[in-house]
Formats: sequence, C-alpha cells, structure tokens
Amino acid sequence: MSNKEIILSIRDLYVNFYTYAGVVKAINGVNLDIYKGEVFGLVGETGCGKSVTSRAITRLIPPPGRIEKGEILYKRNSEYVDLLKLPEDEIRKIRGDEISYIFQDPTSSLDPLYTSGYQIAETMVVHDRAEWNEAWKKAVELLKETLIPDPESRVKNYPHEMSGGMRQRIVISIALSNDPKLLIADEPTTNVDVTVQAELMDLLRELQRKKGTTILLITHHMGLIAEMTDRVGVMYAGNLVEIAPVDEIFAEPLHPYTKGLLAAVPNPLQKIDKLVPIKGSVPNLIYPPSGCRFHPRCPFAMPICKEKRPPRIEIKPGHYVECWLYAEEVKKKGES
Amino acid sequence: MSNNVMVEVRNLKKYFPVRRFLLSKDYVKAVDGVSFQIKKGECLGLVGESGSGKTTLGRVILRLIPPTSGEILYKGKPVTKMKGEELKEFRKSAQMVFQDPYSSLDPRMTVFQSIIEGPRIHGIDVGNPEEFVTRLLETVGLKPEHLYRYPHEFSGGQKQRIAIARALAMNPEFMVLDEPTSALDVSVQASILNMLKELQAKFGLTYLFISHDLAVVKYMSHRIATMYVGRIVEVADSEELFLNPLHPYTQMLLASIPIPDPKIAKNKPKIKITGEPPSPIRLPQGCKFYPRCPFAMPICKIKEPPLIKVGNNHEVACWLYE
Repeated sequence: MSNKEIILSIRDLYVNFYTYAGVVKAINGVNLDIYKGEVFGLVGETGCGKSVTSRAITRLIPPPGRIEKGEILYKRNSEYVDLLKLPEDEIRKIRGDEISYIFQDPTSSLDPLYTSGYQIAETMVVHDRAEWNEAWKKAVELLKETLIPDPESRVKNYPHEMSGGMRQRIVISIALSNDPKLLIADEPTTNVDVTVQAELMDLLRELQRKKGTTILLITHHMGLIAEMTDRVGVMYAGNLVEIAPVDEIFAEPLHPYTKGLLAAVPNPLQKIDKLVPIKGSVPNLIYPPSGCRFHPRCPFAMPICKEKRPPRIEIKPGHYVECWLYAEEVKKKGES
Repeated sequence: MSNNVMVEVRNLKKYFPVRRFLLSKDYVKAVDGVSFQIKKGECLGLVGESGSGKTTLGRVILRLIPPTSGEILYKGKPVTKMKGEELKEFRKSAQMVFQDPYSSLDPRMTVFQSIIEGPRIHGIDVGNPEEFVTRLLETVGLKPEHLYRYPHEFSGGQKQRIAIARALAMNPEFMVLDEPTSALDVSVQASILNMLKELQAKFGLTYLFISHDLAVVKYMSHRIATMYVGRIVEVADSEELFLNPLHPYTQMLLASIPIPDPKIAKNKPKIKITGEPPSPIRLPQGCKFYPRCPFAMPICKIKEPPLIKVGNNHEVACWLYE
C-alpha cells in the first residue's frame, strides 16, 4: 500500500489532561497514517482516546488538556506541514475548510439562534469561498445533496424545528460545504435511531464515492466499522493497539483486546449461546498500568508485558499490532 | 394454559394530554391498543425506535403510571384494580431496572442502604441484613468490600449491577429491563447480559426486555415484539423474526442494523429507508406506517390493520398478509 498517498500522518502523539485529581495520560504515543480517499475507522470504548486523537489533529483540545509532543503532518498543496506548529490563524483557515468535523451531538453543534441556511452559508463566507447570496444558494444545494426534503424552506428553519436526524444532516452539510479533503466524523450516529443511522451512513458513503473525500470515522460500533471502513485502528487506553484492513481485523484479529472486543459484540445473524466479556475494567489513566496498558485484563499476559511497552510489529503488509505475543524475541524464548 | 401466563395485556392504551390552545386538548398516544402475553420464565423482547412507546409500555405494566384504558393481568389478576396487601405483593414481585444507573441510585446512600431499603419497607425477613446484601452482591458479581461504598465510587457497569441487585433483593418473579445496557460499553454490556441470562435461569425469572438494539434483543429474548408509534406491529419467536420478518417496518429495522462482519455488511441487499416516524400527536389515518411503507396499498390509508396470526407463534399487523 506504499504507493498510496498519505494525507495525514500522526506521529508519536502524546496528550495529557491536567485535572485536580492528577495528570490523565490520555494519549500515549499514537502513530497513524491516513491515506487519501480511504475511510479509516477508529474504534474503541469510552475513554480510550479516540475522540481526543481526532480533536488533536486540528488542535481542538480544550484546557486542561495539552498536546505534550508529537507531529501531525498534513499534506497541504503537495507539501507536508506540521499542524501542531502552525500559527493559530493558519490552523483556523484549515479547520472547517480543508479538515472538517461532524460531532456526536447535532444539537450542541448547531447555534440555536441562527437558521440552518445561515449556519451553512457562514462556513463558506468565513473561508472566502463565496459571497453571502451565492453561499445561501449553495446551502440549498447542499441540503438537496444530504437528502433533506423541501430544502428551499428548510434553510429558513431553526435547529429546534427539526428532528435529530435532520439536524445531523445540517451538520453534515456544514462539514461538506467547503469540499473538505479530510472529514472527521466523531460518533456521528450515536444519538439517532438505527434507521436514521443507516440513512446517514448511506449518505456519507455516497458522498465519499462521488467526491473522493477522505473520512476518519470514529465509533464504538463494530457493525459500523464493518460496513463503512477500508482500514481500522483499534484503540485501548490511549494506545493504538492494532491497525489493519477491515477484512483482516474481523477475520484474523491479533491483539487480545481486538479479539475480546469482537467476541463481546452480538452478531444478529448468528445464534450466540454466550457472549464473551472482557474481564476487568478500563484502567484509570491517571495511574495507567505499567508496560502494556492492557496487561491487567489480558488472558495471555506474560511477565514482560508488565515491564515494557510492546513495540509496533508489522505482521503482514499493512497489519500492525502492539503486543509482545508477536515479538520475535519473545517467540524465540518460548520455543527454546 | 392460562396459569402459564405471567403477564397479559389487553388493548392497553396510554394517552398523555398536551395543551394546544387555551381550551383544545390533544393527546400523545404513547401506547395505543396493545395486547400481548408473556409466559412464565420467558423473555419477551420489545424493540422500536425512540418515541415508539416501549418505555411507557413497560412503566404502565408495572403501574408506575396509570393506563388510560385497557387491562393488565398479572398472574391472572388485574393490576389496575389492586389495592392494599395485594398491591404490596405485586410491588415486590414485579421489579424494574432502568436505563441510566447514574440516576437510579441515590448518591447519598451506601450500596448496603440502597439494597436493603426495599426489603425493610416491605418487612421481609432477610435474616442477617449484612449477610443478605453480601450474598446479593456476590450474585451480581460484586465483592463484599463494596458494601459500604457510595454510587460515585463505581463504574457504570458496576452501578447497573447494584441496580440489578436492588431489584433481586425483593425476590421478584417478573422484571422489566428498560435498556439496561445502552449506557454501557460493549465489553461491559456482554457481562451484564450474560449475568441477566444466568439469573433468569437460576431464579426462573420472567423478563420484559426493552431495547432499541436488535442484536442485543435477539441475544436475550425468546420472543420479540416490534413496536411502531404505540402499536405492536409484529410478534414472533426471535429466530423466526430475524429469518422471516413480515412487517415492512421490521424488515426495514433489520436491514438497517450494521452487521459486525465486513463480508456480509458490504454486500447486503439495500432496502431503501425513507422518512421518519410521524408525530405522535398528528398520526396518519389507517396504518401508521403507510407513509414510509414501500408496499403501501389504498386500503392501508383508510383502515388500520389488526394484529393477526400468520404462522406458528407469528403475528403481524399488515394488510399484505390479510
């Protein structure tokens, strides 16, 4: 896959939150490349750092959070710039224009005091993509694209006049208004019903096919991952523990956490006698476990897991795992 | 057969009044003419989108809110007419676990106080109360040292375990589980679901399991009922419902669940999903689903289809099968 063009590269990212209770080590050295035109899925449970990672991309981490170190290389006009080093006014030009977001809760993403049309048009005007009257016309077009019935009158509606699914379509319209190169969708359908979720996902897939937008989809739902993505990253307690093409993640998961996650999800097409939960609970990241952060819950934990953080190992081209079980030196020791 | 039925609901209705102008009144018909039975030891799953009336139905059955009309029979006795001792007996025997474990536990009470509260009020002889609560905590997978801790010291999954222990303290026969795992992560969800299944087998409990997650409902239930704006549109054994869904709404719901398997998920036939549920105040005439239904016929607009038997343990309310 090396011939593919990398649009975004996260390197060695560390994010801490300085709370009264102590320093939460939320992101602990994340490395990730996203290729142009793909749908990359980031999956994990509450508090694993998937949202924080996505927000760190355009430095949207609110205090008391702080990006400690790392690089976020973004391909802009055929050269890579480090988004973490750009001045504030430059990054503001990128946010909402080249990189845009869809957040979980459409009600808090929208301003209740402005009409939906105004909020869509505003994004284009702010980024000098259009004048007001032209932007307004384009807003109607966008609503048509996101399959909102009767777009001409809907642009004059306020958020409270719409249903949750409809509001999320407005948010999607805003995110798409400037033809972003990278669209970050952070749990975009967690607050809506399954039927609406299916519609919104169809919509995103359709738009992605038409415009070739790169999408970073963040979700805790394995079903959505299977349906939407090309490649998947699995996060646990601030670490990206496994990255692989979507078929491989489901067919041959390697990291014990990925295996556990898959066994815990009920598949409606199979008759399941017993789900297999992952024992224990997510660690407190103020005092993260030593070595591999998964070792207290891992059924295969070895002494080394407690002491040293596992390296990232490429098992097959494009399939990476951070686990001692697959490290050469440990394997050799086991054989001898 | 009738002594085998734990809960029976007949033509149950619950309307909530909403004031429009000064004098005129409208009603939100949250539950509108629902009838079904739950057999002893069975788990009936109730699925539907938000606003379909599943939670209201669960609450009405437990008489947490009074029904507008219709009958609820609990072990053959009408729940709405219960008084005094009989009602107290019902309150012990039928318990509920709510969706949000954060708001269903009193933050100022220790786990011990929360769990012992019910038996104390009802004057149940539990022997040594500490031993009793400790045993319950062990049943739900918690430890004796948790006895004197407060809710804020627990994770969401542990809180839900406490809420379940609280319900079990009354030695119930019937439990309404209202989205008990939808606030939890998948790995925690799996352990709570397994536990609920084990408890059901161990104590012979009867469940009404309410959820919007079809995969979870399928895992838990023997039979599943699909609800759409206050009505039950289809009831069938859970395997049957997934293999052979008849109502267009059930088909649409099943088609929209994302399947955690990329080979199937990316090739599954697309059923076009359109529209949203109607406002429960201004419902369409006839079948409530016809504005969204791909198979709508003239009759659907005029007359509401009754729930009819179409096969072994399979009922559907749709004119297509009349």
